[in-house]
Amino acid sequence: MDHALRVAVTGGTSGLGLALLRELRRRGARVAFVARTPRAVEEVARTHQAHGIVGDVARKEDIHPIALQITAALGGLDVLVNNASSLGPAPLALLADTDCEQLELALATNVLGPFRLTKALLGALSASAREGRGAVVLNVSSDAAINAYAQWGAYGASKAALRHMSSIWGEELAAEGVRFLSLDPGDMDTPLHALAVPDADPATLKRPEAAARELADAIAGALPR
Amino acid sequence: MIAAAEPVQRPAAARLLVIDAQGAMAHAARSSLVDYLRPGDLVVANDAATLPASLHGSHLPSGAHVEVRLAGRSSLGREDVRFSAVVFGAGDWRVRTEDRALPPPLAYGDRLALGPLVATVDAVLGHPRLIGVRFDGPADAVWAGIARHGRPIQYAYLSTALALWDVWTPIAAAPVAFEPPSAGFTLDWSLLGAMRSRGIDFATLTLAAGISSTGDPALDARLPLAEPYRVPASTAAAIRRAKAKGGRIVAVGTTVVRALEHAAARSGEGVADQRIGPGDRLRVVDAILSGTHEPQESHYQMLRAFQDDDLLGRAGDALGAAGYRTHEFGDSVLVFKKG
Repeated sequence: MDHALRVAVTGGTSGLGLALLRELRRRGARVAFVARTPRAVEEVARTHQAHGIVGDVARKEDIHPIALQITAALGGLDVLVNNASSLGPAPLALLADTDCEQLELALATNVLGPFRLTKALLGALSASAREGRGAVVLNVSSDAAINAYAQWGAYGASKAALRHMSSIWGEELAAEGVRFLSLDPGDMDTPLHALAVPDADPATLKRPEAAARELADAIAGALPR
Repeated sequence: MIAAAEPVQRPAAARLLVIDAQGAMAHAARSSLVDYLRPGDLVVANDAATLPASLHGSHLPSGAHVEVRLAGRSSLGREDVRFSAVVFGAGDWRVRTEDRALPPPLAYGDRLALGPLVATVDAVLGHPRLIGVRFDGPADAVWAGIARHGRPIQYAYLSTALALWDVWTPIAAAPVAFEPPSAGFTLDWSLLGAMRSRGIDFATLTLAAGISSTGDPALDARLPLAEPYRVPASTAAAIRRAKAKGGRIVAVGTTVVRALEHAAARSGEGVADQRIGPGDRLRVVDAILSGTHEPQESHYQMLRAFQDDDLLGRAGDALGAAGYRTHEFGDSVLVFKKG
């Protein structure tokens, strides 16, 4: 049996997702990642010897082709990281100024996408748990999931839903051996943050590499041994 | 029997005919399946996810339209992108397979353009529809092409085009099946929880379930093709535990019977190439949960290893008289081995 950890990361071509992919590769994991832009996927796949998958987790029709390619590439799955996120309106806007379609996009990317992908991969994750390898789903959260920040309504509401869903998944699937983590990596110097707060001083922000190390440690801590 | 035409995996009204080891028959709601199992029993399912194995495109030497249905592979390996395939000419699933046009004559070395994929015919297997194909390009690109261009194999009795979510069982894991291991449609997470709370164990294996029908009697006689499988060590251990304490091994589907009897309950990879039928002694499996099958199907032959023909004949009459539905989205039977 192949003992290398098998990990899938959504949103793997920039920001925290890319930093996490690099950290996991450095630790010897086999990684498949998902992103929307074919050229960026190809570049990251080549540079980091990872399996690149082109797809959009916000699109229902993309989910099963993504899940198929993940398990085909890795021969199973031990860890799913739902990292891909949408801010909703960019630049940020008051809820009263947010278009319904912008809220729908945030919910599709940050709630429905992780729900659908987790469900499509639950067979593979639970098989891994039964085989004693362990199984972890890490949903990347935010302090906006807990605190009410003006202008972060679409993002905050969607991340709050994801956080609560993680808790319920965890309750329901503990007996199957599938662990759920919801972790806030902090305010990082990433493209998403730059979109939200264009004038932030990068020096005051956390490096995504530091957050990636913390997340990789948390994943390792949730697996057997 | 009536064809189940809607792709609903777990209709609330799904039915179950139970035949016990003494040959007694009982009609039940399929939702009460767990009531026919005992603490200490082990339920084993096939966790293969289903590939969208129907690929439309063209036969480049003739320009003719073809539908290539991937039907088998000699291993579960991710780098193994060589398949056996059944090829149809013009038309799609809405036409009964019996009525489908032949493909143009296919020869070794012919190229096929299938959406983003290109494949080469690398074997002609003694029938105008049956070939070996090898895809061009790196494995990741081949799986991406199949994932995005392929459609689930389906038949004319269905009312609507299938999506992948229609054919993946709730426990679907490795994408290696060519048609769904449809007995697994019965399993949802609530049922797995109910089994656990009653002391009924659950384990999985992976078998690349092949194509079930081609519409051509000469080809159908060659089914099922050889099917690669993998039995995890944890599953082999669960079987030993169950056997040691007198529990029964309940196979969810014919593919699980085929894999477990071929592997003789050992773990590891293999290729199941045997047929199971009347007179075969089952060494591992004590019961099968299966769809309802007509006597001419290969799946039915397997049931003959569990119970006598006259009992199965009476069971078939009972299914017909009680209006059971057949095919992959139909009703089910739970057949215990004759005691």
